Amino acid sequence: MDIRIANVRKEFGVFPALHGVSLDIKSGELIALLGPSGSGKTTLLRLIAGLEQPTEGEIYFGNENASYKSVRERNVGFVFQHYALFKHMTVAENIGFGLRVRPRSTRPSRREISKRASELLDLVQLSGLEKRFPAQLSGGQRQRIALARALAIEPRVLLLDEPFGALDAKVRKELRRWLREIHEKTGHTTVFVTHDQEEALELADRVVVMSQGRIEQIGTADEIYDTPASPFVFSFIGESSVLPVNVESGKVWLDERPLDLPAGGMPNGPARLFMRPHDVEVVEGGPGAIPGVVSLIRRHGGSRRVDLEVGARRDRIEIELPADFNRGTSSRIAVRPRRWRLYPAEA
Amino acid sequence: MAEATPPKHSARDVTTEGPVVRVVLIAIALAFAALVLILPLIVVFTEAFDGGLGTYFASLSQPDARSAIRLTLIVAAISVPANVVFGLAASWAIAKFEFWGKSFLTTLIDLPFSVSPVISGLVYVLLFGAQGIFGGWLDAHDIDIIFALPGIILATIFVTFPFVARELIPLMQEQGTEEEEAAVSLGASGWKTFLFVTLPNVKWALLYGVLLCNARAMGEFGAVSVVSGKIRGMTNTMPLQVEILYNEYNSTAAFALASLLALLALLTLALKTVLEWRFGDRITGANGH
Repeated sequence: MDIRIANVRKEFGVFPALHGVSLDIKSGELIALLGPSGSGKTTLLRLIAGLEQPTEGEIYFGNENASYKSVRERNVGFVFQHYALFKHMTVAENIGFGLRVRPRSTRPSRREISKRASELLDLVQLSGLEKRFPAQLSGGQRQRIALARALAIEPRVLLLDEPFGALDAKVRKELRRWLREIHEKTGHTTVFVTHDQEEALELADRVVVMSQGRIEQIGTADEIYDTPASPFVFSFIGESSVLPVNVESGKVWLDERPLDLPAGGMPNGPARLFMRPHDVEVVEGGPGAIPGVVSLIRRHGGSRRVDLEVGARRDRIEIELPADFNRGTSSRIAVRPRRWRLYPAEA
Repeated sequence: MAEATPPKHSARDVTTEGPVVRVVLIAIALAFAALVLILPLIVVFTEAFDGGLGTYFASLSQPDARSAIRLTLIVAAISVPANVVFGLAASWAIAKFEFWGKSFLTTLIDLPFSVSPVISGLVYVLLFGAQGIFGGWLDAHDIDIIFALPGIILATIFVTFPFVARELIPLMQEQGTEEEEAAVSLGASGWKTFLFVTLPNVKWALLYGVLLCNARAMGEFGAVSVVSGKIRGMTNTMPLQVEILYNEYNSTAAFALASLLALLALLTLALKTVLEWRFGDRITGANGH
């Protein structure tokens, strides 16, 4: 099921949560809504589900305008961060709930419902737990039951709100792989919300990066990571250092020193140079390199992280160097970014 | 090894008092409870059985006494369900929805707790009594409210109004709306969501509220005494009948009837304790999950 979100605005009272967001989701895609808290990602998900109504704009499921349909009519599978399992029902009753509450004319027989519940338990690899109550399950198991329950109604879209947010790191990784497998098996159009970039980049076909109620960038993991569309995306995704610089006559200047970096089409004036620690290399002096004083060295897995104080204001940038880097603190080195991006200075 | 034992004075918990203080505190509490609670209870039963078992049952089977018991049961049977429905509706609205005037409604629910029961009875007299605002119209249409069953029920409903809602609101607020949202997203209608999800989650708190509501409905004196008119065998509830009998120096009959109310209180207390012990977490809402 294609989903089209067209210029959706949402206000809670006077507080705007989303400002005119548009997004096209292709059938069968796995999409991540990624952003810090307060970025509007959960609001967008709840708008797609119909748990909230947009203040302005439209939401289409295929060619059908779903904007004013209730959550019941939209037939979406929604998985909540804290599972929202029905505490007083067994696992099988939880999974069968969506079928049991159907009007009599479309309700499957009791036997069919329990057969379907067993099939779904197989799918989420929890066969044999039919008679358990939610309180007797681990967090990871509860989340799988919540997913099975959402899948039971054969939803047109599967929506997950921070599905792994309440789980510990190890279970999280397992469930991530497992969700991908389920997605490939069932082929549902799936949208999930997360603030964990690793999760988003690893799991999703396309990632929607959001900030302050706006979409900053939509793209594959490679696009988001390698060609960030905005300073926000660059600093939010992965690690980065920022260096205030000046652009003049097509060149990037650090204080009074021209750097060996083309400014592209940037207009003259103050700008910010973004780079990632592992995209910076040490060079032997030479014109155009960034000179700096090593202020801190620490071991970081298989490599070393070095803080460098640069320029007259002693701005700090972080660079990643091989573990055999043997210069001490206070030594002077010169570095040059292999990849970088320039953005205008903040207003 | 002897030097490893910690010195004795440090063994006491910092928040625990010495044995003397503890004994004194407990003794004061027990003495007070014995004086104001247990002693009167014993008096009620000894007075009731003063003339022997025969007199006891004879006093209870007097027509006036039986009529008072019947009336009390009828009043409870109507006002308790009414307040269950109202309490559920109000707490559902308050806990699960945002609307204008919500805090006003919450205050309103608590009103009967802060108003003297006599005043609540008087209000109905002023509204529906012969000289009241609607008195003329009611009289013309031959409808009796004051000094009749409807008045007694109205006054009882007013007085017991907060019990169910007060139990349910904090619990429902704590449970939030996630399970309800899950239910509607799975296609359940509002009614089925209420029946299969909301109600089972609050059933023990609801029972608790009903218990307290019922105890108060059967025992209410002040408000009912204003609107009932105290017509023997007609509009006397048990508490009113007890007072009348007592004022007529018929203390054995008075205490016999009173012993029934005391039994109701004991039963309520027992059930309440069982509920708290067995389902305490699901009543107060401290729900660990």
